[in-house]
Amino acid sequence: MKKQFTISIYTENLIGLLHRVTIIFTRRHINIESITASESEVHGIHRYTIVVTEEEWQVKNVIKQIEKQIDVFKAFYHPNENIVFQEMALYKMPTTVLSESKEVEKIVRQHHARLLAVEPEFTIIEKTGFKEETQALFEELKPHGILEFVRSGRISISKPMKEFQEYFHEVEKASKH
Amino acid sequence: MESTKAQQKKMTKKLTLTGAQAVVQCLLAEGVDTIFGYPGGAIMPVYDALYDFQKEIKHIMTRHEQGATHAAQGYARISGKVGVCLATSGPGATNLITGMADAQLDSTPMVCITGQVASQMIGTDAFQETDVVGISMPVTKWNIQITKAEEIPAALAKAFFVAKSGKPGPVLIDITKDAQFQTFEYNYEPCVNVRSYVPHPKVNLEAVKEAAALINQAKKPLILFGHGILLAEAKEEFKAFVEKTGIPAAWTIMGLSALATDHPLNVGMLGMHGNYAPNLLTNECDVLIAIGMRFDDRVTGDTRRYARQAKVIHLEIDPAEVNKNIPADVALIGNCKHSLKLLLDEVKRNAHTSWLEEFQKLTKQEVDKVIKDELSPAPDKQISMGEVIKHISEVTKGNAIIVTDVGQHQMVAQRYFNYQLWRSNVTSGGLGTMGFALPAAIGAKFAAPDKTVIAVIGDGGFQMTIQELGTIFQTKIDVKILILNNEYLGMVRQWQDMFFEKRYSSVDMINPDFQTIAKGYGISSMKVQKRDELKNGIEEFLAHKGSFLLEVMVGKENNIFPMIPTGASVSEIRLA
Repeated sequence: MKKQFTISIYTENLIGLLHRVTIIFTRRHINIESITASESEVHGIHRYTIVVTEEEWQVKNVIKQIEKQIDVFKAFYHPNENIVFQEMALYKMPTTVLSESKEVEKIVRQHHARLLAVEPEFTIIEKTGFKEETQALFEELKPHGILEFVRSGRISISKPMKEFQEYFHEVEKASKH
Repeated sequence: MESTKAQQKKMTKKLTLTGAQAVVQCLLAEGVDTIFGYPGGAIMPVYDALYDFQKEIKHIMTRHEQGATHAAQGYARISGKVGVCLATSGPGATNLITGMADAQLDSTPMVCITGQVASQMIGTDAFQETDVVGISMPVTKWNIQITKAEEIPAALAKAFFVAKSGKPGPVLIDITKDAQFQTFEYNYEPCVNVRSYVPHPKVNLEAVKEAAALINQAKKPLILFGHGILLAEAKEEFKAFVEKTGIPAAWTIMGLSALATDHPLNVGMLGMHGNYAPNLLTNECDVLIAIGMRFDDRVTGDTRRYARQAKVIHLEIDPAEVNKNIPADVALIGNCKHSLKLLLDEVKRNAHTSWLEEFQKLTKQEVDKVIKDELSPAPDKQISMGEVIKHISEVTKGNAIIVTDVGQHQMVAQRYFNYQLWRSNVTSGGLGTMGFALPAAIGAKFAAPDKTVIAVIGDGGFQMTIQELGTIFQTKIDVKILILNNEYLGMVRQWQDMFFEKRYSSVDMINPDFQTIAKGYGISSMKVQKRDELKNGIEEFLAHKGSFLLEVMVGKENNIFPMIPTGASVSEIRLA
């Protein structure tokens, strides 16, 4: 049965490596639902977070193929119950809808969103949360005129307590074997 | 340790070089003495640097870059060293792709160096610019683009280390032309590890004990051996393991020649056109010991009906191969030379006489229904591929390197030659690249100049890389070329015969006169059409000093059996 999994990949910070990782999904006809990349807690080592909906055996195989890449340290996959995750959404609206009625302000308060920037022509609203939450806010703001909308890829932290630093030392030690 | 330090001290002597000169110095530092390639605009500085080292590095100019890759593969497979290719940007680089894909699937260590347009021209659709790093990513173990000369030594050191360590594979280094011209302080340090890469996982000793227990209790064990044994140089360990345990051993086409064909425990070839006994008995064995092989679909047939009754022990260097196609009950992840050594201490000396008899019984059925006719056809029948290979095997006494192309002749050359030499078969296994044999045989001969190297090719595959006759002509290398000509793309025709109601769509070959072509390239040749000419033909072919092309006209519509049709189980192997 297909299920949503979040894959975390620790890599060297090198040109082209993200491509090397994503073609592993492409080749197996797996859609990447969201993807983010940033530096991890270990200086110089990057972390990609990729969300897919797939059968677990297929995800397991993909993880091994990812770890097989020379410049990848380690890859993990988790079902949603084993991670804490967030996404961020930004909404651009005409400033007039805020100044002319209290409705939008009320929606923003109810959703615990915040105003990121207010310019004479437009206002940017920010909301972090699950996709359903950012989507719910989108639906409510929509009748008032959304000029632009963007949602980030998922970022996630796994619940198990073993730190990547430990894996990092294990891999580094084994590489010299 | 001391010697490494001394070596490093020696290496740290500063030298000002251009990037191109550095490439040549790096090759020398890696012990490279033979490379295959084709010059062109973006790689010209490296060719210029090679001009001064013609004695140290033999550059074989093939007639097409694909030929260079296959020659480098043939060289690597026979020498055990890294094959090296050189090509220019754009079409030169894209012509390497097939060879890299082939090397990737067949775990062949190869370093390809391509020139690239100058770094300031990248992304402008410059003349002969192509994104070869992007294109080659799925077919390389590692690749990188270099835009500064000072990055060259570390990149090349890593390239050689990655190509040959762990599960070997192809690596591509793309160097911009300006980086080749730049000068810098050259300093070479060999790469001994990459911090994110574990090429040789440590074998789990508990798993060794578990595996040994299974092997010691087994009543009907079967060994499957693959390329990993050859790559790990585990010749002695493997032979000792087979002989101590007395377990019948069957090979994948990539594992061929890891154990002599006529070894009493060698029970033959696995898979689609493999032998009857090992295929059928895969589904009857109680313990399956897979060594350095990856359960390719051509070996397993339908995986849902493959060895379900057996406990599977998998000796494999690449963790990604374990549980990929066939689940392992016990996995020994690591270099199989090491795993076999550990296992050897734990397993009991044994003989499986009655189990071996089951193989012999089934083999007799195969001999009666298939092999007899193939090796000694009735006098009124056309020459068979099998009898040609059998004659060659007898005359050479199995002491030759056989390089095969892809198709019917490939299966015959694997099945009926009596391989005596360790690492003496070169073939395109995973990718099935027609056109592989001729250039690969050239590379194999450069790796083993004292051995007889025979390229066995069909009339179709021969014409895919026929231009490499020019390489033979120019280098005067002694490669024996056997064309088994059935005037068909034989394997495709066989499938159309069996599965497409004999609708022969685009498989008949109207061929040129191969002897005239050979003459143009200064290669002696002979064409055999009748059985009574065959023996003499083969003797002349093998005795001839220098390259020789022997064309044998074989049965037009002969099919290769046994056969496991696609999607069928190994138990459904057909003798006719």
